[in-house]
Amino acid sequence: MLASFIIVFREVLEAGLIVGIVLAATAGIARRAPYLWGGVLAGMAGACAVAAMAGALASAFAGNGQDVFDAGLLCFAVVMLGWHSVWMARHGREMAAQMRQMGHAVQSGESTMFAMAVVVAIAILREGSEVVLFLYGAATAAQLTAGAVLAGSACGIAAGAAVSWALYRGLLTIPVRRLFSVTGWLIALLAAGMAGQAAALLANDDIIPAFGYQLWDTSWLLSTGSVPGRALQALVGYSDRPMGIQLAAYLTTLATLIVLSKWAGRPVQRKESANA
Amino acid sequence: MANNKRPRHGALLGVVAGLALQAGPAMAAEQGIEMTLAAHHFTPDHVTVPAGTRFKLRVTSHDSTPDEFESPALRVEKIVMPGQTITVTAGPLAPGKYDVFDDYHPETAQAVVEAQ
Repeated sequence: MLASFIIVFREVLEAGLIVGIVLAATAGIARRAPYLWGGVLAGMAGACAVAAMAGALASAFAGNGQDVFDAGLLCFAVVMLGWHSVWMARHGREMAAQMRQMGHAVQSGESTMFAMAVVVAIAILREGSEVVLFLYGAATAAQLTAGAVLAGSACGIAAGAAVSWALYRGLLTIPVRRLFSVTGWLIALLAAGMAGQAAALLANDDIIPAFGYQLWDTSWLLSTGSVPGRALQALVGYSDRPMGIQLAAYLTTLATLIVLSKWAGRPVQRKESANA
Repeated sequence: MANNKRPRHGALLGVVAGLALQAGPAMAAEQGIEMTLAAHHFTPDHVTVPAGTRFKLRVTSHDSTPDEFESPALRVEKIVMPGQTITVTAGPLAPGKYDVFDDYHPETAQAVVEAQ
């Protein structure tokens, strides 16, 4: 039961941390709930679909199907996070001002909410498919322990969701005028980490060059096999044994998002107010 | 939490898939060193790979439910469906012992990859 708790907790936590950041980053946007719930449901449906196709997926791309598919999803999420960064650079200040005055969200942001719903869906799809396969295995094994496994898994889902919710509520305690600059950095680090992971997946299958398989090893300090290591990996792209290409993708993405935000947020004649 | 701290059980169910090892680690690494998962145990549960170079592991599952072949040290996390064989590319590793496990059955399905 404890083992199943840890397995499920870890996967739910990884997806949940991303969802927590997205929740905080979209705090000022009105009518965001349908998008976020849509993202959650699409992610769960996608997780079941991917789990059902796991066999076919694994044998695709000369046996590298899982990694190629995962890397593709990660790259798509990075683009969506980049879109959100640009949108926030344009609208963040007015949003914060409105929230201070009225105490609630008034800004509408259909386009960025769609992008963030995609990020939520991808996060849940990636980790969720592993949970679905694990639960499927536990349920069909017809062992005496199946009940305990399912109970442990249910606790794991609840605990993972609770930590993610705590992250969201914690971020919301940041004063409004600083909130979006904090979430902006978190989004940039999240995107950089995803880009790094995508590069590492492809390099590990020898699809792209690695430029150094292990730049350094900090697994003695914090292993990505531990729960804190995995959480930090999901949040900011921590890697205990980074590849050269992974670090390059990480830094390039981080720099790109910072430059994009600065560029989009530059004070120009404000006649672009029609952007939603 | 720390999968490498659990006691390892020897693989009792002998599906002799590790014969490739007899040819020497360097040669076996060309095609892939074979490992089999059956009844949630690895056979062999200790394989030798060449240190300092890329190598391949071929993992076949004879389990009736999905397995997830995982090792943070080897930077791998791959689903193995029943009856399926996956190929994992890893390394180069410094000489030493590295834990691999089936993340869906970590209590029993553990093995060591030793780089020499």
